[in-house]
Amino acid sequence: MSKASEIAAAAEERDVRNRWFLALPALVIIFFAGVGPLAVMIIYSFLAKSGYGGVTWNFSLDAWTSVFLERDIFDDTLTWADAHVTIFWRSVKLSFLTTVFCLVFGFPTAYFIATRSERWRDVWLFLITIPFWTNLLIRTFAIQEVIRGEGIINSILVGIGAIETPLQIMFTDVAIMLGMVYVYLPLMVLPLYASIEKLDFRLVEAGYDLYANRFRVLWRIVIPLVMPGIIAGSILVFIPSLGAYVTPRVLGGGKNLMLGNLIELQFGQGRNWPLGAALSITLMIIVMVALLVYVRQAAKSGARHG
Amino acid sequence: MASAARFSVRRQTGFATIAVVCFFVLYMPIVTLAVYSFNAGTSLAIWEGFSWRWYLRAWDNEQVQEASIRSLQIASFAAIFATTFAAMAALATTRTRQFRGLTSIYAFINVPLMVPEIVTGISLLIVFSTIKVWTGYTGLGYLLAAHTAFCIPFAYLPIRARLESMDLTLETAASDLYATPWQAFRRVTLPLLWPGIIGGLMLAFVVSLDDVVITELVKSAGQETLPTYMLGQLRRIVTPEMNAISTVFLGISIAVVTLFFFLTRKKD
Repeated sequence: MSKASEIAAAAEERDVRNRWFLALPALVIIFFAGVGPLAVMIIYSFLAKSGYGGVTWNFSLDAWTSVFLERDIFDDTLTWADAHVTIFWRSVKLSFLTTVFCLVFGFPTAYFIATRSERWRDVWLFLITIPFWTNLLIRTFAIQEVIRGEGIINSILVGIGAIETPLQIMFTDVAIMLGMVYVYLPLMVLPLYASIEKLDFRLVEAGYDLYANRFRVLWRIVIPLVMPGIIAGSILVFIPSLGAYVTPRVLGGGKNLMLGNLIELQFGQGRNWPLGAALSITLMIIVMVALLVYVRQAAKSGARHG
Repeated sequence: MASAARFSVRRQTGFATIAVVCFFVLYMPIVTLAVYSFNAGTSLAIWEGFSWRWYLRAWDNEQVQEASIRSLQIASFAAIFATTFAAMAALATTRTRQFRGLTSIYAFINVPLMVPEIVTGISLLIVFSTIKVWTGYTGLGYLLAAHTAFCIPFAYLPIRARLESMDLTLETAASDLYATPWQAFRRVTLPLLWPGIIGGLMLAFVVSLDDVVITELVKSAGQETLPTYMLGQLRRIVTPEMNAISTVFLGISIAVVTLFFFLTRKKD
């Protein structure tokens, strides 16, 4: 090897080492308060619970079996844990419905923003960014004020004589879903907007030239072309919905739990840390599967549209 | 004259209506909340005239004062730490050819974005409660570490975006003129990077200020932040005092986000 190329290689190596040093503080803090604790949690899910919270250091699969099953206290047989199955089902169902509603309302909104003139587009975009960055708890509180028994909707409906007694929306699954649609809608609109903004409207024009009507153009040209945005938005709404904690706690009352609340309960009244850890990992696995589906879809549509 | 009947390829029937309804639905609850914070009566639904009463009540509430100060402290420090570390990491991971580990660093930094908050919160609760028993230290350090970690990816995004739009020619020119690496960084890179850093700082600040779930699980006794205090209050009978606190909170968030929006808007 020549002298010059040796020097170049050494400089290259030094550069890479410096880059690792620069990244180190960020990596250390994320390890200490992120990745490391996740690993500890996996270990905890295989330990036996201790009566006062915490764990005893004995290997046990109890936590994992009780994620979906429960042991009969009389004859020791395993049956489906109805309470857990109900909560899992409610979480998946409400998250799915939330995603669908966000898509149904978010798509036209994003399309509307993307087709405004340049100046107005910034204004509308700004208006959707504000709720995106404002406190989720405050927005949940705000929607609660609207839908509760003495809230605005009921006051108006009773006032105009449409209903006799106020609608009981609070503390139901419907309330949780309404709340989640409300708080996560901006998460759907922003990636959809990014996708629709790049749409080549010459293709739409070609569709009309070939006698397609508006619906056909939308269904056969626009939607297939913005599919990456639709998938990204759906994932961005579905994942936080699945792990939602604040919205179901405030709007669902104590009864209508979702997965996030069930997990938290194991560290509060439940005092079953290994079960809480196992439930958390189950949630993580569902999220990872959803992300994987997204990455594969994105890669596929990326390959198709270049 | 442009006629209304002119055919537009961009129009879709009903979309504008749905969009306007969506914007109305997004803003109506927030605006109502803000309006009723000025209500003279105790009701959240019946308007009884304008007053500052609930703002004064919130201002005099010691718990609210303490929680607000704690929130601002944590958010400021977490934002500064997170942005510093994120800026260093961004410098390390941009404007380079692929080296071994680059993708891993990138993935690692984005982990906090992919893990549901409740899961992060629980895992931190498990680990930190053990450390609390071992060391006896129960200060704000745990909350600060947790907030810094989940703010890093948010601070990283605008800084990385800024760096990617800067090429290395100016730094090369500086070193050709005998600037030391530090001088080149201080006099060339840093001034150009500044908007990205400010953007990252503001996003990190807002994200930290808004956090409820992780804080609720990590905090020791007596470490309420404003959001966890509010979460606790929502269980009781709510008075317009909560609206007043929320409105001030919203005002701060909106101010920071507005600044961010105009600062990072594309100039071209």
